[in-house]
Amino acid sequence: MNDRSATLDSPNQLNSGLHNSGAAPAGESPSGFEISMELRVNGQSRRLTADARVTLLDLLRDHLGLTGAKKGCDHGQCGTCTVLMDDRRAFSCLVLAAAAHGSDIVTIEGLESADGLHPMQQAFIDQDAFQCGYCTPGQIMSAIACVAEGHAKTEAEIREYMSGNLCRCAAYPNIVAAILQARGKLGV
Amino acid sequence: MRPFRYQRARDAGDAVGSAASLVRAGLSAVEAPTQFLAGGTTLIDLMKLDVMHPGKLIDIKPIARRHSEIEFKNGTLRLGGLVRMSDAADHPMLKREFPVIAQSLEYAASPQLRHMATLAGNVLQRTRCHYFRDVSWKSCNKRKPGSGCAAMDGVNRRHAVLGVSEHCIAAYPGDFAQALIALDAVVEILGASGAMMIPFAQLHREPGTAPDIETRLAPGALITAFMIPAGPWTRRSLYLKIRDRESFDFALASAAVALQIEDGAVVAARIALGGVATVPWRAHDAEAVLIGRPLDRNQAYEAARVAFAPANPRAGNRYKVELGKRTLARALLAAAALEI
Repeated sequence: MNDRSATLDSPNQLNSGLHNSGAAPAGESPSGFEISMELRVNGQSRRLTADARVTLLDLLRDHLGLTGAKKGCDHGQCGTCTVLMDDRRAFSCLVLAAAAHGSDIVTIEGLESADGLHPMQQAFIDQDAFQCGYCTPGQIMSAIACVAEGHAKTEAEIREYMSGNLCRCAAYPNIVAAILQARGKLGV
Repeated sequence: MRPFRYQRARDAGDAVGSAASLVRAGLSAVEAPTQFLAGGTTLIDLMKLDVMHPGKLIDIKPIARRHSEIEFKNGTLRLGGLVRMSDAADHPMLKREFPVIAQSLEYAASPQLRHMATLAGNVLQRTRCHYFRDVSWKSCNKRKPGSGCAAMDGVNRRHAVLGVSEHCIAAYPGDFAQALIALDAVVEILGASGAMMIPFAQLHREPGTAPDIETRLAPGALITAFMIPAGPWTRRSLYLKIRDRESFDFALASAAVALQIEDGAVVAARIALGGVATVPWRAHDAEAVLIGRPLDRNQAYEAARVAFAPANPRAGNRYKVELGKRTLARALLAAAALEI
């Protein structure tokens, strides 16, 4: 898909990350081709207007400048676009941004706290759980959800419940080790 | 993706009303100008591929709260149409009372997709036939009625052997639907003329001469719930799925089975087959084989032979007949051995 040219926000708004829609309530415009939406991204409220075709992934990357979530297959098969949407992991490439209205989104950029890296981020470093790194943001977001869902009880269960995230470098044994390491620190 | 209008539904009536005003008669499901958007995991994918290009999407996620209940009352399970796959797959009561339903959902797709996709959307997911999904192929009777079928003599390893016609051999890809058809589920539908119920077995249509018409849903109608009666067989049930890779893949062959066994003999049997048929597939003849006898290896393979007697394979999918038989036999023996 190449919808960037069709989005209403111009490139110079990339850094501001905001397209102020004024007092208009969130919802469809009279034409319905462009949509205003309000969502929380990494704890910050965002109010934007975008073409109805814009996916959540493109909104994050091209409108908000959050390029952590990657575009791999763009068809919900590889997992590198994984973000948390209302505490559930989702493929942001298959979610329309308009349909994320009212949602709470967490991306890899939202994990770090004053205490430093998230335990899952640190575990991926400690266990050497990546080579090229392209799938890593999605792996880490998915891994956090995997533990939170209670689906990280055994190595076999981790492998089953991480199957939505592919790693072309085949770092899978190290990814499993990282999740086992972080699992204890996350108190599950 | 082509431009479309986007609208958020206020309630189910509003969604159906909005869709009804845009319905045009005689259009196939793929060509329908208005589509409901729920999880979007099939629809957005097919819109990116330009297989589907609706002019309008009606987002029904805003009404999810009213259609996401899982209730088990008076011997009937009711699953709201907008229940997410993961919520049903992980539900303790479903795992205990209707294991075949929970397993069919747990073994489907990936965790991310299960969190996004809804039950009603799941049963309506479209075939993975690559000649359907890739618009550079000119021949696809499902996508362009009357254009022919490139799969017939093409790469058809993953295609159907049951319920096929000379116009289409695309396999129905879902798992949950096999559990529903095995357990005699009923579908609750809200249409322009009001609510109605139909047996799940009547929802999908075999391709016949019109592969583009996949269901009996009227254009603009919405699935609001599934009703599944409990029986002495529902606890002794399971879903066995065989695929190329161990997880996150569609079935090459699968079996949903439920058994009632009293004093060592089969009293009731329910069998459905996935990955091998053009629609959710109930194998009534195979069930009849099992009744009144102990379920041993010979009986299991005889039922499997009967289930695949009508199979009509092509060059690339002949292996599915044997694979399907073994899958069913293994599922039956495993269900008979369950301690419940």
